[in-house]
Amino acid sequence: MRLTLEQVRHVAGLARLKLGPEEEQRYQQQLSAILEAMEKLRELDTESVEPTSHSTLSGFLWREDLSRQSLEVEKALANAPEKVGTAFSVPKIIE
Amino acid sequence: MSASDFQPVIGLEVHAQLLTRSKIFCSCSTEFGAPPNHHTCPVCLGLPGVLPVLNRRVVEMAVLTGLALGCEIQRRSVWSRKNYFYPDLPKGYQITQYDQPICEQGRLLIDGEGGERAIRIRRVHMEEDAGKSVHDPVRGISLVDLNRAGVPLLEIVSEPDLRSPEEAAEYMRSLRDLLVYLGVNDGNLEEGSLRCDANVSVMPKGSAQLGTRTELKNLNSYRFLQKAIELEIARQVLVLESGGKVEQETRLFDAERGETRSMRSKEEAHDYRYFPEPDLPPLVLDEGLVEAQAKALPELPRAKLERFRTQYGLPAYDAKLLTSERPLADYFEAVAAGYRDYKKLSNWFLGELLRLLKEQPTPIAALKIGPGHFAALLSSVDRGEISAGAGKEVLAEMFRTGAAPQTVIAERGLAQVSDQSAIEALVDEVLAKNPSEAEKYRAGKRQVFGFFVGQVMKAMKGKANPQVVNELLRKKLGG
Repeated sequence: MRLTLEQVRHVAGLARLKLGPEEEQRYQQQLSAILEAMEKLRELDTESVEPTSHSTLSGFLWREDLSRQSLEVEKALANAPEKVGTAFSVPKIIE
Repeated sequence: MSASDFQPVIGLEVHAQLLTRSKIFCSCSTEFGAPPNHHTCPVCLGLPGVLPVLNRRVVEMAVLTGLALGCEIQRRSVWSRKNYFYPDLPKGYQITQYDQPICEQGRLLIDGEGGERAIRIRRVHMEEDAGKSVHDPVRGISLVDLNRAGVPLLEIVSEPDLRSPEEAAEYMRSLRDLLVYLGVNDGNLEEGSLRCDANVSVMPKGSAQLGTRTELKNLNSYRFLQKAIELEIARQVLVLESGGKVEQETRLFDAERGETRSMRSKEEAHDYRYFPEPDLPPLVLDEGLVEAQAKALPELPRAKLERFRTQYGLPAYDAKLLTSERPLADYFEAVAAGYRDYKKLSNWFLGELLRLLKEQPTPIAALKIGPGHFAALLSSVDRGEISAGAGKEVLAEMFRTGAAPQTVIAERGLAQVSDQSAIEALVDEVLAKNPSEAEKYRAGKRQVFGFFVGQVMKAMKGKANPQVVNELLRKKLGG
């Protein structure tokens, strides 16, 4: 299965990635190669195998509904490129 | 074709914040009103390498709600990732449930046009809330607060069974009342702890083919919800009548301009690329949890309403208002235990008590009037110890201070005089002072009667029992 350039641009748009023409072509090839590898797997007969969506399934882990001390706000904001007060500041979101 | 040739078709998606102490996948507090980003941790900040751990209480509340809505509770449900980019969603995806939600196929009974209607519930699922962004167009920035990121939500999706804006608002009210009854949500639309999106379409009457729908957002009050749907129906009818096509899109309701407008272009149509959440195994419910929630199910609003009608013989209108909030209903029953004229009690509740509560908003739980005191006050009015007007004054004072009715009556000298001889003496006096008026009455000028009542009441500073005054005056004046 070969991805079209259109599909590459669509996925890049969803991921908010700005790709140059050369990058579009490179990703088209790489992503197509991945999908082709999956196609190959599809040739196997998996009729009797149960689908696996999760690999770490030994019982379910719960939390009780207890609140604990959160991270100190300075630490929470440590990676913020910009902040105003204790809020993260980002370029204006256009709706 | 005109507007009346079209049938509106409406479905609602309601998001309800669950009243848990901690967030759905981490132990940060869900408390409202903290300064920005004070309730955050590596999990809800979406830092690399963290894992979500499910809050058990969220599942219990989802099951309780599902049972109350008559849903099938799925013993196995699956978490999914919904991918989109927005600064208030730090992970770049929302953990939600998609193709295998925890509850399916329920119904909610509402008072529709032409009687009770069962609105089908398609699904109820759990998910995490996003953070909050505040936009500052002047500085060209948006401020992001992640305190709300990871607060548990229940999304409740109806089938497109609603047929008018009024029905949609009624559905929303009924659902809100139910969630508040269950104790899973605080019912506060204004603060956004209960949010609503509407899917609206129109089709020619008699058609079986649904029209193209639009999704309306930002409907944060019953009035806005109803108004936005009305506007959207009118807009769609206009588009179709002029030969156009309704585009499937998301529209934002603008209350100030009184219009809905397109939010996102069709080209950017949702492509959330859902896939199973690898960090959380499928949720498998044990029977014990489901049984415990079935036992915890309280009497629901409609059942209580019916019981208020039969047990207390109240009209549907009274019963509905009294049972709209569980604490109010409980309080009514507590007072009714000591006072038997239920209709009269209902009148005092819906008139005086609600007026006092409106003037000074107070949660019922914090009400100072003891149920026994309330009952005693009404009994005093019935026995003629005080007038109904004085009773209202006493109730207002009890509302402020929590004093016993007898104390307030004594302190304010409100006791009504029913004593025959005391009133008779005054009646005689008034008649003696006004012989010509008495003559007029006897000559057939009946309007003068009111004058005499007024004179006697004035002489007794309004405290005479009016019934006794009337009887005595009639007797003395003759005819």
